[in-house]
Amino acid sequence: MSAGIGVDLDSIWIRFGEFVAVRDANVEIKGGEFFSFLGPSGCGKTTILRAVSGFLEPSEGQVRIGGKDMRGIGPNLRPTALIFQNLALFPLMKVWENISFSLEVKGASTAERRKRADELLEMIALNGQGEKLVHELSGGQRQRVAIARALCANPDVLLLDEPLSALDLKLRQHLRTELRAIQQQVGITFIYITHDQGEALTMSDHVAVMRAGVIDQIADGKTIYDDPSTAFVASFVGENNMIRGKVKSVNNGDVVVDTNRLGTLAGRLSPGAKEGLQAGDDAMMFIRPEAMHEAVDDRLAQNRIRATVIHEEFEGQAYNVFMEGDEGKEIKISLVNKGQARFFPKGETISLEYDPAQAVVLPAGEIASE
Amino acid sequence: MLGSYLIVAVGFWVLILIVLPQLSMFDYSFRYNLPPAEIGTEKDVYTTSNYGHFFQGNEGNPDRLSVFGMETDIPFNQIGMSVFFKTIVAAVFVTLFDLLLCYPLAYYLGQSKGGGFVRSLVLLLIIPYWVNEILRAFAFRIIFGATGVINTSLVGLGILDAPFDFVREDIALYAGLGYAYILLMIFPIYNAIESLDHNQVEAARDLGSPWWRIHWRVVIPFAKPGIVSGCTMVFMLSAGALAAPQILGGPSSLWFTQIIYQWFNTGGNWPRGAAYAVVLLITCIIFVLAMMRIFKVKMGEIGK
Repeated sequence: MSAGIGVDLDSIWIRFGEFVAVRDANVEIKGGEFFSFLGPSGCGKTTILRAVSGFLEPSEGQVRIGGKDMRGIGPNLRPTALIFQNLALFPLMKVWENISFSLEVKGASTAERRKRADELLEMIALNGQGEKLVHELSGGQRQRVAIARALCANPDVLLLDEPLSALDLKLRQHLRTELRAIQQQVGITFIYITHDQGEALTMSDHVAVMRAGVIDQIADGKTIYDDPSTAFVASFVGENNMIRGKVKSVNNGDVVVDTNRLGTLAGRLSPGAKEGLQAGDDAMMFIRPEAMHEAVDDRLAQNRIRATVIHEEFEGQAYNVFMEGDEGKEIKISLVNKGQARFFPKGETISLEYDPAQAVVLPAGEIASE
Repeated sequence: MLGSYLIVAVGFWVLILIVLPQLSMFDYSFRYNLPPAEIGTEKDVYTTSNYGHFFQGNEGNPDRLSVFGMETDIPFNQIGMSVFFKTIVAAVFVTLFDLLLCYPLAYYLGQSKGGGFVRSLVLLLIIPYWVNEILRAFAFRIIFGATGVINTSLVGLGILDAPFDFVREDIALYAGLGYAYILLMIFPIYNAIESLDHNQVEAARDLGSPWWRIHWRVVIPFAKPGIVSGCTMVFMLSAGALAAPQILGGPSSLWFTQIIYQWFNTGGNWPRGAAYAVVLLITCIIFVLAMMRIFKVKMGEIGK
């Protein structure tokens, strides 16, 4: 893949009156990479996208595309193409006219536009559908037309604003794969906005997790999931059991926490953590539901939790078991369905065990609301 | 219950208040102008002479119809016909002027998100229409008069040496007519544009489109039913306006409605006035239908 055009955000601040939508964002997006901004709604991710596409200018800082400062350059003159959340296809134009609109703007002949539209229709597997109107297509087909329309403009950077959010689960999963394939094929930079961590993790080379205008962590998906930088990232990305407590001891990254309701537990300081921990600090421990399993015996240890089964949920690929610790702390564990029978009867008390390397400890901080 | 009430009410309105009076006018237009005593006698027969008068004028009319510069010996109602065409052309002009004036405003009102501000703007547009039409026309006469605010300021600023006669040049008339129907142009377009997803405008811009092409390819096609609806109303109403031409028209200019009015009123010839009015009505309808055909708008879309 050729080294495409990269995007740099350099100390970006975006304010709307008193409200700070984006606070000191510094991001380096390499050419040809699939980069996602992940965060809850209202975290400022769409605002960043609009600053890259040129629909708004940052209050402070620089947006550079291919090293070139974009200040004062309107969205129609930037080498970016945006795919809107609601797609914003033109309802009164035929599919091929929609796709080739950017060529029409450049004054291309009808034959040329038609030819390019047909090529793109083939790429998105909608051959021969060019004469239709947009409303005659299904949701997934419209989605692909929007992608083709954006790609027709030959952008260096494709910006996608939650384009899959309106689709049903199956189609969404299918289009994820397809989007990633298209990105590999055209080799341009994709910047993807989403609140769905599944989308961000599956498609992206790098993910930036945002909270209330601040970027908490920029890393690849596995690092985000395994080594979160803040309590917010740990609680927002994927599911986690969050356990509050005070640090008892720190030894070279191994942390022991006096938890509020589950006794003394061992974990490790996340390698991605922004700040370190000292004994006595307020801390949060995060253990993934899939990182816990039933212990072989009843012995007590610093990586064991005793809990009572409240109820069990069958999800297909996994069982989710909801339990309660001795002092009422809720715990969820998740067991891969390997064909075993349901073996967690309601009311039974079980000893759970985990690997302390998978129990991430972070300084206490804001967590994602459900 | 409500349904049958609506059917009866709308039926009454359409039939009794619109269709029947118009049909009786249509009937009138084919009769001789007889003294009351002779109405219903054997003299009261149908005739096309009133329509003939519209095309050929009074008996002994010296004007002759000329086709491509070739004079024929068919009599021709020079004055009536020229006023008629001038009225149609002027109404088209007023319509286009209102469209140019109102489209940007309607676009702004329809697409801006600032709710309270926009609402007060719309209110400011509506309030002047509480003032009655004749009063507004006279107010225009004062504004455009020799000592009106426009002339005073132009002369005061040294742009003009002497006051300009806006009334004689019909500028006051066109301004008055244009102003009178502005709301009828703004609201249908505003309604149409309000439902346009702003993302489409942004998408077009993002794909490299300059502003004029965004309007040409995205906004105007979307707003077309509203535009046609507004244009139809403004055209029909300005072609049929009476108060503004009476009050604001220059001494030498005549609106076709004024001729109709003269036949009904001072001329006392209702059948002839009716014939003239029917000609105006049918011409306007044909004109509007032709425009709708040209711009590919269906009748159903206008009602939206």
